[in-house]
Amino acid sequence: MPRIKSPVELEAFRKEILSRRDAAQPCITLCSGSACHATGSEKVAAALEQEIAKQGVAAEVAYRRTGCHGFCEQGPIVVIYPQGICYLKVQPEDIAEIISATIKEQQIIERLLYVDVNTGEKATTEEEIPFYKHQERLVLGANRKIDPKSLEDYLAVEGYQALVKALFAMTPEQVVGEVKNAKLRGRGGAGFPSGVKWDFARNAPGDKKYVVVNCDEGDPGAYMDRSVMEGNPFAVLEGLMIGAYAIGADEGYIYVRQEYPLAVANLAIAIKKAEESGLLGQNILGSGFDFTVKVHRGAGAFICGEETSLLNSLEGKPGEPNARPPFPATRGLWGKPTNINNVETWANIPLIINKGADFFSAIGTEGSKGTKIFSLVGKVNNTGLVEVPMGVSMRDIIFKIGGGVPGNKKFKAVQTGGPSGGCIPESLLDIKVDFDELTRAGAMMGSGGMIVMDEDTCLVDIARYFLAFLSDESCGKCTPCREGIRQMKKILTNITKGLGQEGDIELLQELAEATKGSSMCALGKTAPNPVLSTINHFRDEYEAHIRERRCPSLSCKALIAFIIDPQKCKGCGACFRKCPAEAITGGKKRIHVIEQEKCTKCGGCLEACPAAFGAVHKISGEPVPEAIPEESRSIG
Amino acid sequence: MSQIHLQVDGKNVAAEEGMTILEAARSVGVSIPTLCDHEKLAPYGACRICTVEADANGRTNLVAACQHPVENDLVVRTRTEKVDKIRKVLLEQMMAHAPDSEQISELAKIYGADRDRFEKEASFCILCGLCVRYCAEVKQKNAISFFDRGAKREIAFIPEIAVRECWDCKECFPLCPTSALQAAYVLTEALMTPPTPSGTCGGCSSK
Repeated sequence: MPRIKSPVELEAFRKEILSRRDAAQPCITLCSGSACHATGSEKVAAALEQEIAKQGVAAEVAYRRTGCHGFCEQGPIVVIYPQGICYLKVQPEDIAEIISATIKEQQIIERLLYVDVNTGEKATTEEEIPFYKHQERLVLGANRKIDPKSLEDYLAVEGYQALVKALFAMTPEQVVGEVKNAKLRGRGGAGFPSGVKWDFARNAPGDKKYVVVNCDEGDPGAYMDRSVMEGNPFAVLEGLMIGAYAIGADEGYIYVRQEYPLAVANLAIAIKKAEESGLLGQNILGSGFDFTVKVHRGAGAFICGEETSLLNSLEGKPGEPNARPPFPATRGLWGKPTNINNVETWANIPLIINKGADFFSAIGTEGSKGTKIFSLVGKVNNTGLVEVPMGVSMRDIIFKIGGGVPGNKKFKAVQTGGPSGGCIPESLLDIKVDFDELTRAGAMMGSGGMIVMDEDTCLVDIARYFLAFLSDESCGKCTPCREGIRQMKKILTNITKGLGQEGDIELLQELAEATKGSSMCALGKTAPNPVLSTINHFRDEYEAHIRERRCPSLSCKALIAFIIDPQKCKGCGACFRKCPAEAITGGKKRIHVIEQEKCTKCGGCLEACPAAFGAVHKISGEPVPEAIPEESRSIG
Repeated sequence: MSQIHLQVDGKNVAAEEGMTILEAARSVGVSIPTLCDHEKLAPYGACRICTVEADANGRTNLVAACQHPVENDLVVRTRTEKVDKIRKVLLEQMMAHAPDSEQISELAKIYGADRDRFEKEASFCILCGLCVRYCAEVKQKNAISFFDRGAKREIAFIPEIAVRECWDCKECFPLCPTSALQAAYVLTEALMTPPTPSGTCGGCSSK
């Protein structure tokens, strides 16, 4: 790696890299993000390397292991350029054929193509797949083009052009102005205007200032930041450096969850390569701008995603929040002015500087500009990472991109904004997804988690789940958060166990208001959201649990029972064999009966009963019928 | 230092920059209840009993008076329906842990808090952290600390330090708003298992 001392040298190096690359040459890319790693991309990679050598195509085929493509449930994903042929769920056994048929003979392997679950149509390229077709991947797009460990790959996709522009063609004030005009809002949750925040830090008195990347992504099911950090660490570094130049910082910290080993590894490589090539350190590109960066691994506390807790943790103190004001912009890390932004926010910066504030602010809605990455998970056909312009409707995200709810089930709600977000019901599906609309709907953008729930999901139980999560993850420093969550969780647990009482809903609301109103940090202030939004939109479910001891979703174990309809049971024994609790009595040609005292309500019998018989039922809120007498159990 | 002018419960207050709302209120004789505040300790903001309403820049916020700095033109209300309701619920939550604390019972009378509203989980401790912070900030011994987080958070003495420092000090006991007995209990428990000389096991071999 040559040491690059000026923008001219950087451009010359970029040209040299591009001159070595032929866009018409076949290139096999393999997604090597964490999700594809989990579905076996390592074995596929080994097979690829072996087969490329074995079939003697090493000279004519380029091969690249890239970051996360986002369509994670379909991994491992292999894309072959220049055609962009997309193969899904690729196994090591498929590789020989991919080389011999697709690379050598230009033949498409039909069985590895995407098949739309709703229409049965196949798609050959990523662009034709509905999941990708309706997205706009301004931030995530580079992930599938580059090897995150390769600085050359990043330079080949215009990497560090924004930094050069900022350092040599713009004053720090102009950079702040550009981010302000772009109207970028922080992607970490609160949605505060990033340019305004930068301005605070820039104008705060002090010679020493810091910039920090918040990669302590902790929402269950959310992995947007993880994928950006793993798949394109140079973009985050470039954004961070531009921010540092703008506010006058010469030192940065990247706070990454310990649970993201690949992000930590790829970042370490990116930092090392940037240092070796002179893109980090003293007098970067001869501009006189100095900047160094360190990676700090978080020790596994959700609360450290909150900025003041994160800074305390960086300083080696317990991860607990401080009161704001003073804000980190004036008194942050080690008492110095500090600008802290989320991974996705930083990754947007090179784009804004390269393409300009006007380009950026033309995308999105009045109050929310640009795109947002969501992690679409739960009861939805196409799960994965979705990047869309702000203002796309929730319905489009779930049904056009997500392909709707699997198994002919009915959509019930979507939880956005992580554990302290809210549930949005069917009636609000047409809202435009942006910071303000989601807040108005009683949910929030948060960092971009989106969990789809179908008719089988009990919303009281969902509220209980999130409160249990927050009860563990609250730091416990202030009373309303620690005790309020504890009491709300207790009440919700009782309701799901059939022990709810009249007045519980009102008590939950009272506790929620106190917790929201008087907690110190955002964790406590937003913790009641799951409770309030489910009461608001699904109050009837709460009332059914409390008044009728009935779970309308047939989900809360304490309130349901499995029974066998004696009229329909054919005595086949399928349920008997499946039951792990030996709760079913029966015998050949005898009507089977479930002993309720022994039943663990696992649902195995319901699954086992042949559809043609349909003898097993799940009931709630009604008494279990008296078991049919022994003497009448004989069939035929 | 420039003067800052604000209003607390309708009274005009001239405060110094850097003062908290609590200090400004006290300077004009307005009392705001506190449980985790102590003159010798840095504001901590744990009990939230001092929550007040404050209008600034056209917005009304609920803030902790012990931590929130004074600002020009701030309008503070220390007793509103919202504030009283919050204090009531907070006291009720605390009484699940420390039902017999005199200080909390007195406040409960003022705010109409029901001692038995929530099921008792008598830990006696409301985690105000006075003992922890006094030991760290004033005595600089760090003999007592918080452990764990969330609903599992608790205080405990660190035996290795406590066995050296605590018997002759015990200054934290009278600070406790619930009962000094709690601190004594935790301390005693800690001292029951003194540190062992390095390299030997204090367990089965000690008898």
